[in-house]
Amino acid sequence: MNLQEKLSQSFKDLGSRLNGSESKSLRELRSRSFDYFKGQGFPTNQDEEWKYTSLNKIVKRDFDFSSQVSSEILAEDIEPFLCEGLDSYKLIFINGVFNKSLSILGSNEKFFVGSLKQGMKEMPDIINTHYGKLADTKQSLVALNTAMANEGAFVYVNKGVKLDKLVQILFVNTNHEESRMMQTRNLFVLEDFAEVQIFERHQALNQGHVFSNSVTESSVGNQAHFKHFKLQNDFDSSSMVDSTFVKQGANSSALVDTFAFSGELVRNNLHFEFTGMHAEAHMDAITLLKGKSLVDHHTFVDHAVPHCQSNQLYKGVYDEKSKGVFNGKVMVRKDAQKTNAFQQNNNLLLSDFSSIDTKPQLEIFADDVACSHGCTIGQLDEEALFYMQTRGIPLKEAKAFLMFAFAGDTLKNITIPELKTQLINLVARELKVDLELNEV
Amino acid sequence: MLKIKDLSVEIEGNKILKGLNLEMNKGEVHAIMGPNGAGKSTLSAVIAGREEYEVTGGTIEFEEKDIMDMAPEERAHLGIFLSFQYPVEIPGVSVTNFIKTAINESRKATDLDPMPAKDLLKKMRDKQELLEMDKTFMSRSINEGFSGGEKKRNEIFQMAMLDPKLAILDETDSGLDIDALRIVANGVNKLKNDNNAVMIITHYQRLLDHIVPDFVHVLFDGKIVKTGDKNLALRLEDQGYDWIKQEQKV
Ligand SMILES: Nc1ncnc2c1ncn2[C@@H]1O[C@H](COP(=O)(O)OP(=O)(O)OP(=O)(O)O)[C@@H](O)[C@H]1O
Ligand SMILES: [Mg+2]
Repeated sequence: MNLQEKLSQSFKDLGSRLNGSESKSLRELRSRSFDYFKGQGFPTNQDEEWKYTSLNKIVKRDFDFSSQVSSEILAEDIEPFLCEGLDSYKLIFINGVFNKSLSILGSNEKFFVGSLKQGMKEMPDIINTHYGKLADTKQSLVALNTAMANEGAFVYVNKGVKLDKLVQILFVNTNHEESRMMQTRNLFVLEDFAEVQIFERHQALNQGHVFSNSVTESSVGNQAHFKHFKLQNDFDSSSMVDSTFVKQGANSSALVDTFAFSGELVRNNLHFEFTGMHAEAHMDAITLLKGKSLVDHHTFVDHAVPHCQSNQLYKGVYDEKSKGVFNGKVMVRKDAQKTNAFQQNNNLLLSDFSSIDTKPQLEIFADDVACSHGCTIGQLDEEALFYMQTRGIPLKEAKAFLMFAFAGDTLKNITIPELKTQLINLVARELKVDLELNEV
Repeated sequence: MLKIKDLSVEIEGNKILKGLNLEMNKGEVHAIMGPNGAGKSTLSAVIAGREEYEVTGGTIEFEEKDIMDMAPEERAHLGIFLSFQYPVEIPGVSVTNFIKTAINESRKATDLDPMPAKDLLKKMRDKQELLEMDKTFMSRSINEGFSGGEKKRNEIFQMAMLDPKLAILDETDSGLDIDALRIVANGVNKLKNDNNAVMIITHYQRLLDHIVPDFVHVLFDGKIVKTGDKNLALRLEDQGYDWIKQEQKV
């Protein structure tokens, strides 16, 4: 059986397992989405949006869809991957299955932090209102996820509630023998004036071929404030396509900050739209790659209402044979006057074999707007390295110092000190910077 | 302290230094003057270890050690410091962080523990005062957006922090206003003692009014063609290089 056929079988199995337990609208959404996926298949290089990134090799793998053997994971196994030293909610998923005993949940009339399945049981109305409303099922992988996904994180924050604890979401994968495909699905809903910060991490524990097809929908109400940090720090044997859709109301702010450090293939599709004026969107990313890793960032910001602002800062350091793609599309529609849209993509290529394809796309149909984009591709500045060496800083440290400084401003929007420390340490570790000496 | 013999240097096939000889002892101040393009900055960069320049002949010894095969940082750890004619901007690296790393890397190279934060801060404060620098500089990125004069002052601040045995000041005076020149020169004089040495590369007498050289050398066409005392600098200021060129032709 090829992957398509296996997926059809797996979709049938899911249907009989669920056995009509889901709402009618959800059942319909699933079957509509699956039909669409079947018609489209996986994206290929013929597809303009997938020109530089080929799933070919991955979809040819012999994925195993048999039910997962539950694996014994202890709190100390996952501890290194969580942000410690602060009081937080934790949602832990092992091989796509929600692990309640390792998680720290919370729910009352003000908020809900739990799994999507729990949410469907306990807050069906909220789920019905928001689930599947932002994700674009005309993208075949989003359609596939919508058809098949059965678990993920659900965070709901009621009107005016400021969630004082960080929500940590950890997807752990323990498979090493067989190739596995995961369909994870997150839903984050912030009502008006609500606030929450989320740290989502995908982590394989060993060198198995995992292919995660993840979809996240974030609905950010009027005057709500949302921060979402994503860490993709897997082995270079795992692959991931992450499609994230954010909708923002008036006067709201939202940040998606992506840390991509490894992966055979990682594709991030990030989609922002605004429904009210004076909303502010931030997209930061730091990509640090080596080996043969490939990370492809595709962003799309849709400015359809006036007086909104979007800021994109994508930075990448590519070593060895790694490859980066940045495709940033900004659409400013006719009525979106006074839009401010900025986009910046800066890259360092550390080897003759690494590469970056960068493509800004600005489509502007309003006349009173301020839009800019910039892109740089460079090597480390030889003059600066020599300068540092003459001050006694060894070449290796000087290089790390420069890279760290280069990457640094993508960390500026992290306000939780423990999280900042954790992420700075990870960046420093990737760059082999000695933080004892170079305290930030 | 510094012994340069027969030094020849090329870049991209152009011969820049052609058998240069120079000796400096500790406690001395040497001025190096010479027309634009004579090779003064090249000489300073080669002493500091810049790899782009190809050394085709000769030797450089520092405190009886051949330093020719040493990396720039190793030379720095021995106590060689170069104040750049054009200091480099390094966005994202604060002055404080940079100097702290520089000091501790040097200490590490000589098996010393990092300097305690308290001592480091105090030293920074002292040197800042010595050079009458604004505190806000310390948190700014190295040289980024600094004015020409601010960059030069920052170079001397780093020198003061690192306590080098041999300081090479490549046109530190250019870009400094009259007050800043006095402050920087005063700083250098304070740091000067019997155990270190200073090489001043300059075009003008004004810095030498403050830091009085023991020797003045003229670098011309890749060689030191004339050496004298401080009066040589005064004569150059007065007459330019034509007479040197005449002498060379003969
Ligand atoms: N990287 C390089 N590539 C090519 N030529 C170079 C390079 N660096 C220096 N040169 C040449 O070497 C010669 C000496 O330059 P250098 O900078 O040492 O002169 P200088 O004496 O310091 O001059 P100035 O007084 O103008 O600072 C010049 O002719 C210069 O053009
Ligand atoms: Mg020069």
